[in-house]
Amino acid sequence: MEVATEISLEMYRRMTRIRQFELAASEMFRRGQVKGTVHTYVGMEASGVGVCMALRETDLIVGTHRSHGHNIAKGADTKRMMAEILGKEAGYCKGRGGSMHIAAFETGSLGALAIVGSGIPLAVGAALAFKMRREDRVAVPFTGDAGTNTGNWHESVNMAAAAKLPVVFVVENNRYGVSTNISETCAIEDLSLRAPGYGIPGVRVDGFDVLAVYEAARAAVARARQGDGPTLLVTESYRLDGHYAGEPEVYRSRAEVEGFWKLEPLRRFRTYLVEHKVASDETIDSIESEVKREIEAAVQFARESPEPDPATAMDYIYA
Amino acid sequence: MTSTERDSVSLGGAQPGFSPSLIVQVPDDVPHKMLTYQEAIREGLREEMAGDASVFLLGEDIGKHGGAFGVTRTLFDQFGPERVRNTPISENTIVGAGTGAALVGMKPVIEIMFADFSLLAMDQICNQAAKMRFMTGGQCKVPWVLRMPQGGGAGKSIAAQHSQSLEALYAQFPGLKVVFPSTPYDAKGLIRAAIRDENPVVFLEHKMLYSLRGRVPDAEYVLPIGRCDLKRVGADVTVVADGSMVWHAMQAAQTVLPQGIDVEVVDVQTLAPLDEATLGASARKTGRVVLVAEACRSYGPTAEWGMVAMEQAFDFLKGPIVRVTGRHSPIPFANALEEGVWPGTEDIVRAILSVAEY
Repeated sequence: MEVATEISLEMYRRMTRIRQFELAASEMFRRGQVKGTVHTYVGMEASGVGVCMALRETDLIVGTHRSHGHNIAKGADTKRMMAEILGKEAGYCKGRGGSMHIAAFETGSLGALAIVGSGIPLAVGAALAFKMRREDRVAVPFTGDAGTNTGNWHESVNMAAAAKLPVVFVVENNRYGVSTNISETCAIEDLSLRAPGYGIPGVRVDGFDVLAVYEAARAAVARARQGDGPTLLVTESYRLDGHYAGEPEVYRSRAEVEGFWKLEPLRRFRTYLVEHKVASDETIDSIESEVKREIEAAVQFARESPEPDPATAMDYIYA
Repeated sequence: MTSTERDSVSLGGAQPGFSPSLIVQVPDDVPHKMLTYQEAIREGLREEMAGDASVFLLGEDIGKHGGAFGVTRTLFDQFGPERVRNTPISENTIVGAGTGAALVGMKPVIEIMFADFSLLAMDQICNQAAKMRFMTGGQCKVPWVLRMPQGGGAGKSIAAQHSQSLEALYAQFPGLKVVFPSTPYDAKGLIRAAIRDENPVVFLEHKMLYSLRGRVPDAEYVLPIGRCDLKRVGADVTVVADGSMVWHAMQAAQTVLPQGIDVEVVDVQTLAPLDEATLGASARKTGRVVLVAEACRSYGPTAEWGMVAMEQAFDFLKGPIVRVTGRHSPIPFANALEEGVWPGTEDIVRAILSVAEY
């Protein structure tokens, strides 16, 4: 597929931004500077970026507990994201949400919901509104492989299919629900096979290959925009970090993880860009150093931002 | 008559047996009509739908069929399938889709066929919709209404999974509002307010009240959410009640009147946020408090009302607060057993007489 150079480079930039953001967040978590938990998107960058680059600003995504990457892919500001992870008033959610609930509504997020499967119906409802109002918009709920075993997922795919709603159901198969491999909880290996049962197309794509994801997402989004209804898009990926930063990972071997590191999407895309003369090593190096400075600035901004005022603890419960 | 029409009529048609004259909220000289509670809700929905294109209905069998209790009947013919939307039997996703639509500016009114079925959607109601605004630091609003019939009585005999009273459950979740009208007048004014509210509102309807008639003004009106309503002003005993128990309380007040006991009836028509001021003021005035709810006794709504009365009126209380509630039991099928589980007018009379002795 021919992809304009600036789009390719923007993809690389966003993927790099996700990786650097996650490394910084994990590092702060390990040092005890981030409270709660951090679920990183390391290894899955091509999936979120490939999908979100196929969307318009007015299209909406719904995230999960593992949605730093989705937010960055959709264009969220890393300063405000990092501030949220540190529980600061300058964060997107003013410190009320934290890592698991980062949602930048201004960039087209409908929220990040940290109960597996629970965000999916929101996308169905937003798409229903788009269809009722004849708006040319698409809603994209992200979930992992384990999320496809929830009632919400099945109910939502069915409801959206029955009403031909403009939804692209993205399933990022990172192979694990916490510690449990999808092969233990599901009798099919290809999760896109679930689609025909609901009367919609199912597409399976290499989730380490950002251009493949982008191409598949564009087709699914175009189908939704034409009024032909939802598509199930499965991106075959891998969670290179543990379930959360620092998780002991007793359920899988180092060899398995190292095998997948060989496939990781950033190096692969960099090699592609250079080999196909889309960009020089120098150009890519400069993107990387720009992003590195951006993330350093985000960390500094977040650290220096004020805590929320305890007197505002009861704010935002009711409109 | 088709079988579906028969279902609607039979489920909504039981006679409650309360005299409309017990609660008259519209004076004789104000132009009005007599509507049932069911019709009043429908008229409220109709007016809000006619006035605001973002209002739409979502639920199981609410289209041509008109819902299990016929509340949405005729709305499908008037507004069509886009705005009166039949859904699959997928409660969690019905509510979640309502939330998603609300997040992008619609005003969905979701019908859950029986409040009991809403337990399938607890995650979407309590974990998602109730918390969305808070978790996102005020970036969004969820202006939906979740309508559902609850409670039982009047010989409906629909047993343990179609008869529960769940108001206290939902009132526990910060972010939700919980409304429970007791009369046609309140039902119409409060459904309109619930639709206009910018928060998720759980709107409970009592099954036994659907066929109850009452005066509803011809002129447009909206009632405020967040208020206890004094259904009867009295000096001697405060009876706090919700839903159909308000009617039993009014009957009980009539019963004890010849004995010189002047009862004040406080209708908790909004359970959350609770109007503690009105409840407390009444308790301070009479010093004698009886709490009445059909819901199960343990951790039920009366537990909260009693604590509020104690906090707000401790020094004024002349004796212990008494509660009259449904027993801590699932609802049985047999009519004879049903009657043994729920409180009625006589139980309230006994409670009033007991506190009147202080």
